[in-house]
Amino acid sequence: MSQLTLDELKTIMIQVDADVAKDLDGDILDTVLDHLGLDSLAVLEIATRIQQTHRLPIPDEAIAEMTTPRNILDYVNARLAA
Amino acid sequence: MSAAVVTGIGVAAPNGLGVADYWAATLAGKSGIDVITAYDVGSYPVRLAGEVKGFDPAERVPKRLRAQTDHMTHLALAATDEALADAGADPAELPEYTMSVITANSSGGTVFGQRELQKLWAQGPLYVGAYMSVAWFYAATTGQLSIRHGMRGPCGVIATEQAGGLDAVGHARRQIRAGTRLVVTGGTDASLSPAGLTAQISTRLLSRGDDPGTAYQPFSAGARGYVPGEGGAIMIVEEAAAARRRPYGRIAGYAATFDPPPGSGRPPTLRRAIESALADAMVTPDGVDVVFADAYGVPELDRAEADALREVFGPRGVPVTAPKTMTGRLYAGGAALDLATALLAIRDQVIPPTVNVAEPLPAYELDLVVGEPREAPLRHALVVARGYGGFNAAAVVSAL
Amino acid sequence: MSRRRAVITGMGVIAPGGGDTASFWDLLAAGRTATRRISLFDATGFRCQVAAECDFDPAARGLTPQEARRMDRAAQLGVVATRDALADSGLCRAGLDPGRVAVSIGNAVGNTTMMEQEYVVVSDGGRRWLTDWSYAVPHSYTFMVPSSIATEVAWTAGAEGPTSLVSTGCTSGLDAVGYALQLIEEGTADVVITGAAEAPVSPITVACFDALKATTPRNDDPATACRPFDRERNGIVLGEGAAVFVLEEAGHARRRGATPRAAVASYASRANAFHMTGLKDDGREMAEAIRVALGNAGLTPRDVDYVNAHGSGTKQNDRHETAAVKESFGERAYQVPMSSIKSMIGHSLGAIGAIEIAASVLAIENDVVPPTANLRNRDAECDLDYVPVEAREHRTDVVLSIGSGFGGFQTAVTVTTPDRVAA
Repeated sequence: MSQLTLDELKTIMIQVDADVAKDLDGDILDTVLDHLGLDSLAVLEIATRIQQTHRLPIPDEAIAEMTTPRNILDYVNARLAA
Repeated sequence: MSAAVVTGIGVAAPNGLGVADYWAATLAGKSGIDVITAYDVGSYPVRLAGEVKGFDPAERVPKRLRAQTDHMTHLALAATDEALADAGADPAELPEYTMSVITANSSGGTVFGQRELQKLWAQGPLYVGAYMSVAWFYAATTGQLSIRHGMRGPCGVIATEQAGGLDAVGHARRQIRAGTRLVVTGGTDASLSPAGLTAQISTRLLSRGDDPGTAYQPFSAGARGYVPGEGGAIMIVEEAAAARRRPYGRIAGYAATFDPPPGSGRPPTLRRAIESALADAMVTPDGVDVVFADAYGVPELDRAEADALREVFGPRGVPVTAPKTMTGRLYAGGAALDLATALLAIRDQVIPPTVNVAEPLPAYELDLVVGEPREAPLRHALVVARGYGGFNAAAVVSAL
Repeated sequence: MSRRRAVITGMGVIAPGGGDTASFWDLLAAGRTATRRISLFDATGFRCQVAAECDFDPAARGLTPQEARRMDRAAQLGVVATRDALADSGLCRAGLDPGRVAVSIGNAVGNTTMMEQEYVVVSDGGRRWLTDWSYAVPHSYTFMVPSSIATEVAWTAGAEGPTSLVSTGCTSGLDAVGYALQLIEEGTADVVITGAAEAPVSPITVACFDALKATTPRNDDPATACRPFDRERNGIVLGEGAAVFVLEEAGHARRRGATPRAAVASYASRANAFHMTGLKDDGREMAEAIRVALGNAGLTPRDVDYVNAHGSGTKQNDRHETAAVKESFGERAYQVPMSSIKSMIGHSLGAIGAIEIAASVLAIENDVVPPTANLRNRDAECDLDYVPVEAREHRTDVVLSIGSGFGGFQTAVTVTTPDRVAA
């Protein structure tokens, strides 16, 4: 399965909350998702969509750790590589 | 007792988005009923509906809420913005606990729901999104409106199928009497997903006509069922003393009844709902200037309503109209839109027409306003609504 | 004009772990849990596989084959609870004006099971977006609209007054009873058949709560899966059931010689206008609902003998609710017993508020406070008296029942001995 790229993740983030688009231009890898306006419900929706696109079950504990785009990419890509 | 007045209206209707467009279309007799465009409806026996056209969520729904809400809530968010602006009300300036949201809903977010059901059954439980829980359920619209506008007073959701629009307004008036200053009320529905339409077809109450000009002809020889639709109206109801703008009118009377089960031998109760609403408004039948009929378009249901109207008002005793012949029946949004339309009629002293009906069946003895609007002095308007399963509601709105 | 008051003259409960009101109270008084692995469908592959289910046989509870066919399980539970409530009340249709009998029933997610089963057939197992209408059963639309549950209850009771289904998520049951109280107080009805029914243990509902991570993943130990106010709590357990009351204007009940079981003294609801699923830690709006409900009944926190909590068993709810009770009760919060019966019968969404009112009535009648089962590890952020594990004998005349729901609804109802409102 192909890796999850930052661009793909940005697309998912915009699908989940169109308001995020305005904040995705700069370096957002380490921006806390909550500061982008993505609350816990939005993060759960992002996790479901990654489960769909990458056919990867994501456990609760991993979702709890998904606080920045970098966390998400690192976790998902490590699992996909395994 | 404090008076509940309507100070703002927002509309999302098949024949007009926004009050101005809707009212102009309605007076012009312009229908929004057409072949369903949301999907290929070719295999269905019901192909016509009133879809809200030209509604672009990108223009009318806050970005943050677009993905987590169904079409029914999109329509309500837009209509609420219009209604609040119309009322000149800024929720940020009012005490949080004195504002409420009370909406009607009939079947939840059916498009959103069908999409997530498909993911579950075609792919598995991991594929159901987190937004499903907050988008699909009947309370979604009230919850989102309360959050968006910071309204922390008593909020509610009423489900009485197509009577819901009036029941929500009746409950809103109850809150005003209990001290709430402003209530966002009414309803919008969008139940036309393929699965939604499939379920509606099972009632055998829908018209299978293919011609938008003849498919929905209540009270006439051509009555053969109703055309479904989507949309509705949101209204701002306020305590009269708190209103900033000249109100459209007053919620003067309201009553609801429930029909006994089929085969019980007991009479239907629509007449009692109407009489109780008039009594509540302290208006006699000859004081009523116009009736916005429920107008199911199903012969036996049309006859039941015509009987009730004749029993209360006498033969051809009051002008009757059904502008929903231009929109189809909007489920929980339908009666809310009728009430809003009645208020617009009072404002402009003109009765909007029933379209596609040349004349009502003579046996009904109805003075049906057909084809053209009719100017008339309008002080009290009666709105009648019925919901599938036995629900009846009636409301009287009055000029101030 | 003296204020019209409302008393409960009849009650019917169908809850997990027992099929009637008596067995419901037995379960609560014994502190037993009715949570188990899901049997209503094959939950393999779902994150949460436990629920509190009713052992409910429609035929054994008197539903005819046609009644059973046209009703979803939610309506079936509601109708049977209605019949039990009517029998308990001794209400006789003769001499009763049907137009003065109203119905107010709560429900959050409709006829989920049948709606979903219908979907599966017309979509051919999710293969078709364009569903095949020719496979729909005649009652397909009945399953799509929640109002059909109110219809069945009204038909059962012979009601011809205002009839509605109240759907405010997880506070539906409390709000439905509150709405019924308003109908009596304002004079619209003399009798209201009120309460709630819900049967949400279906694949789509379980999947929804999975997606939210709101249900507990503790599948290996169903009996202790739901642990409200416990340090180890990690989510709700879904439940199902119904509780229906005959709520009657006090004078109407007295004139027909009925014996009231309890009174519904007041109701208040507020919204948090914060988040569809999230709760702020401070419990501010729930505290306001509690204050208003107590005030409307002329009660102070000192008068309250027992708080029937929402206590859903999620981290955020139990923290939020504890804060709300502290905010509204002050020091009294630490003295009044407060428990969550969801630990035993799960969270039946729209029905649970009504079932909790039933538990409140029974607590008053028995002077026993039901426990919070599975509460064994004290949590620093939940430091009130939650009546852990064992029921407690305790003089109970006034109960506050509170609830919180998706959409931000916060509701409080007070239930008292009948004489308190008769006075």
